[in-house]
Amino acid sequence: MIYKLNDKVATREAFGAAILKFGGKFKNVIVLDADLASSLKTQKFAQIYPERYLNFGIAESNMVTAAAGMAIRGKVPFACSFAIFATGRAWEFIRNAVCYPNLNVKIVGSHAGVLTGEDGATHQALEDIAIMRAIPNMKVICPADANEAYLAVEEIIKDFGPTYLRLGRASLPVIYDSSHKFKIGYADILTFGEDICIFATGPLVHSCLEAAKKLKERDIHTTVVNISTIKPLDEKLVIDCAKKCKIIVTAEDHQITGGLGSAVMEVLSENYPKQVHRIGMEKFGESGKPEDLYKKYGLDAEGVYSRLSEWLTN
Amino acid sequence: MSDPKELHKKATQLRIECLKSIHKAQSGHTGGSMSAMDILVTLYYGDLGGDPIMKYNPQKPDWEDQDYFILSKGHAAPALYAILADIGYFEKSELDYLRQVNALLQGHPVIKTPGVTMTTGSLGQGFAAAHGLALSLKMDHKKNIVFTMLGDGELQEGIVWETAMSAAQFKSENFIAFIDNNEIQLDGFTRSIMNVEPIIDKFASFGWRTIPVKNGHDFNELLTAVEKALIPSRKPTVIVCNTIKGKGVAFAERNPSYHGVALSKEEMQVAIPALEKELT
Repeated sequence: MIYKLNDKVATREAFGAAILKFGGKFKNVIVLDADLASSLKTQKFAQIYPERYLNFGIAESNMVTAAAGMAIRGKVPFACSFAIFATGRAWEFIRNAVCYPNLNVKIVGSHAGVLTGEDGATHQALEDIAIMRAIPNMKVICPADANEAYLAVEEIIKDFGPTYLRLGRASLPVIYDSSHKFKIGYADILTFGEDICIFATGPLVHSCLEAAKKLKERDIHTTVVNISTIKPLDEKLVIDCAKKCKIIVTAEDHQITGGLGSAVMEVLSENYPKQVHRIGMEKFGESGKPEDLYKKYGLDAEGVYSRLSEWLTN
Repeated sequence: MSDPKELHKKATQLRIECLKSIHKAQSGHTGGSMSAMDILVTLYYGDLGGDPIMKYNPQKPDWEDQDYFILSKGHAAPALYAILADIGYFEKSELDYLRQVNALLQGHPVIKTPGVTMTTGSLGQGFAAAHGLALSLKMDHKKNIVFTMLGDGELQEGIVWETAMSAAQFKSENFIAFIDNNEIQLDGFTRSIMNVEPIIDKFASFGWRTIPVKNGHDFNELLTAVEKALIPSRKPTVIVCNTIKGKGVAFAERNPSYHGVALSKEEMQVAIPALEKELT
């Protein structure tokens, strides 16, 4: 645990620190960039371990496919770029060169969601969870804060298999203290209440926790679950929570089609059919400050609170 | 083998086995398997002064010092399979089940098949992955060579040039690519679909050492080209081999309609005896 509770830190910042620490420790780890080392915070690793670092320039498909080739002999390459290019531009190579042969390549996508802000819609990955989740063998991990991102990097190195790590650009409050344990495939119940259950991922976990606090003032009790592993989904926990709570909601900085919302609905419709409300994006984003975009698209605490209030009265 | 006659005999025998497997499957890429065969035979069976061109051992698939081959033009899989069966990576009987459900031999190579280094078939992918493998060997200060083979049509894929650029940038001297330049792709002649020539000039301008092979079915020329390619330089090497699509099957030679089809029973009755005659 390296960040203080409530400090504002971006998950990509934590990735840079973690890859330096754990990438340094595990000698099979290789870091690959596509001209975004300063954005992914991998420069320190590049300086200290130049023999295990390569910058492929602006060529994500080549970076990902070369990573697959490196994994043949047991290397653990982390191929880093913006989420939109790492997963989108290189998608077919991730499918055919990484996931089909089940090679131990880690795809790291920063600048996910409208949280990316000013760069606008071309740079805001909003379909990455959907397209990564659809591929057999691929795991999808989206940490809720910097401390969880830091822990996730170590677990991803120790784990075998293709993995997508989804990170954000903007600095957000740290919600986990040193007691947090991250384990791939396990969701984490942050608050418990039987009126509403929200399954949230990434930056939306913070928005949902804040919204839950406001509801508590009205004596409405909310379960907030951090789904940091979207695939494989902690199905048992999702079903248990759905059984205990009246209203079920999902929340993500991603299209509501194909992402966490869809994943939760798939599990519940097969095991415990129940209405599910989805919070997320339903269109392309735009330029703006992250906080302004979160406000506009209802992804901040206020936005989540008002949607929940709506569903409570109907 | 270093005797061109012996290599030719081996290639002829393997052409027969390859054609039979495609025929049994009634599916597969005849033209590109035939054009690639002599290059593949040079790699897998050829030696220079008694040293094998490519180091491998079917009994020791994890051998640290082995060289690697990745078939980037994955649709020529039947040619590779005939060789892998012949040298003992799996039973020859597997060739009878090519492309069938539950079979070992998939339509395009997959990594789980013994002797196959990397899953390929999506064009351009094998080239980039082979370069990644070469980079991983370089990182470990290993001397192993990574060979790969692309088709000329494959050069139309963007990732080929991303890889070409990076192999020069990273001075990947342990990386040797063959181009099976048979001048034909699925829809017709490469020059009329999307011209890729001048191939040599393109790779040279990307910073590669280039070696032309005027006749990619002449084992003397192929052996000489590989010998040159194995001389250390600070560059990746491309060996551009002019080949004949469908080589060895007279009626299929240079004929675009034999790109992705199996020979019929009647065609086999013409093609196989003609090849067998060369063996005697």
